[in-house]
Amino acid sequence: MIADKGTKNTRDGYGDALVELGEKDERIVVLDADLAKSTQTERFKLRWPDRFIDCGVAEQNLMAVAAGIAATDKIVFASTFAMFATARAYDQVRNTIGYSNLNVKICATHGGITVGEDGSSHQALEDIALMRVIPRMKVVVPADYFEAREAVKALAYLDGPAYIRLGRPKVPIVFDDDYRFEFAKARIMRPGQDLTILACGFMLHPALEAAELLATEGIEAEVINLHTIKPLDKEGILASAAKTGRVITCEEHGVFGGVGGAVAELLGEEMPLPMRMIGIRDSFGTSGTVEELVEHFGLDARHIAQTARSLCR
Amino acid sequence: MALHLRGSEGITLKETQAAEIRDHLESISKEIRWDVVRMIGLARSGHPGGSLSCIESLVCLYFYKMNHNPKAPDWPLRDRFVLSKGHAAPTLYAVLAKCGYFERDELWRLRQLGGMLQGHPDSRTPGIEVSTGSLGQGLSVATGIAAGLRMEKSNCKVYALIGDGESQEGGIWEGAMLAAHQCLSNLVVIMDNNGMQIDGNCCDIVNLGDLAAKWRAFDWDVREVDGHDVLAICSALDESGSSMRPSIIIARTVKGKGVSFMENNVDFHGKAPTPEEMERALKEIEHS
Repeated sequence: MIADKGTKNTRDGYGDALVELGEKDERIVVLDADLAKSTQTERFKLRWPDRFIDCGVAEQNLMAVAAGIAATDKIVFASTFAMFATARAYDQVRNTIGYSNLNVKICATHGGITVGEDGSSHQALEDIALMRVIPRMKVVVPADYFEAREAVKALAYLDGPAYIRLGRPKVPIVFDDDYRFEFAKARIMRPGQDLTILACGFMLHPALEAAELLATEGIEAEVINLHTIKPLDKEGILASAAKTGRVITCEEHGVFGGVGGAVAELLGEEMPLPMRMIGIRDSFGTSGTVEELVEHFGLDARHIAQTARSLCR
Repeated sequence: MALHLRGSEGITLKETQAAEIRDHLESISKEIRWDVVRMIGLARSGHPGGSLSCIESLVCLYFYKMNHNPKAPDWPLRDRFVLSKGHAAPTLYAVLAKCGYFERDELWRLRQLGGMLQGHPDSRTPGIEVSTGSLGQGLSVATGIAAGLRMEKSNCKVYALIGDGESQEGGIWEGAMLAAHQCLSNLVVIMDNNGMQIDGNCCDIVNLGDLAAKWRAFDWDVREVDGHDVLAICSALDESGSSMRPSIIIARTVKGKGVSFMENNVDFHGKAPTPEEMERALKEIEHS
């Protein structure tokens, strides 16, 4: 059984990490675009108003200003919703932050379909894809509060630009207070030999639930927390795939260009084998509760288990 | 002639000293103009029009106003410069080479595979703070640099050169609003107001209207000068930055300035001169 440790927002982990970072490092600067209360940057703002700038409803400006501040040897966190951080400000992120290799950590909240009721205009289903094709950009999708907190702290001190995707809703806590985040290292959550399930972010918990279901049927799934989408832990993924011979990817994001796409690129070149991608397929989102949307788009444990069964057949 | 040049010592200069400065800056501008034409001519691609129009602005910044150290491009106390209209890169490169940031010979490998000087500014080139080229972002970057320097209580200034055509980008005005709201008095922008863009006259494409009024409305400290009058530019640079607001100097310029057949000729926005045209242009500059 998966231990019930309650639920908490990944963006709270971000807000707490910022306060920890701010206390010990004066180079930390935080920028937001009129969403400080939602992204949880507000706590930093209240503690260190001189190291916080609200750029207003102007996300393109947010990213270019973040680049400028980073050029003065600061570590800059730039936050808004995933849709606006990536799609809206893409040119600024690509040309100004990425090309100049600046120390801007884009911490975007409200990524994915789990934005829920706000609907398609606010559900970024392509942010991982957009960010991972930018040279030098690191892409991390934390699964719970603790992983978010630790990933943010770790990425603060990894040189160059990074994209961290955080969610809106509370998600089950999977890790503990002493969790150590290892960048670019796929983490085996549950060993198995029949198939590999690679999941990140919100999808880690349903993947673990699916593995429980499958175990009762005699199928042993190896569940891997693929928190770092770029750079991919090629060795870790290939080692597991070589062992199980079957791979499923899980993301609350479009599979084309997303986690599914990234893993398919790797396996296609290195180890072609049967594979399935759980996620959204070439479709916009829609309004609904998180629970409804997860079921509607086949992101729940039951659907993951069903896909695994058909793959193992 | 009213002179408000304060020079680097903060002293009002005498007319004879001002004349020396003028001769010096004009002579450098002529050299830069020659280099820019040759660079683009040899590269067989590039943007001569808007490179030639902003020469005096950059020369006044690098040879009169800015504190910088070509031998130590990362010197922490340097003033910063951002070329927001990145397609004027040849002018910036020629100026940086003249300052001594890198060898002048590099100029003749502009835009070549394996060469250092990219088609648009790249932060790996000594003296270039950030990569630019996609229009409408440099002002925001300069705003960020100015904010970052203020956080560390630095007295350094941040200069940026933007284009008038570039100001059709919404990002310029997003940056303008934030810089004014943040009272970034350490930010001084020069607008190369040559009145033209690739497709024609700015006023025929999307009219920018009364630019000075627009910047005033955005709460900036605005000055207007003849962008080819080096003393006027220096004087405006000296006066800028004293208020609690960011400053802009709207430099009225001529696209293609200094080469008769390029002047106010929109065809030379983004077209290199042929080898024959290059030779004609270089001779014209030599005899000017």
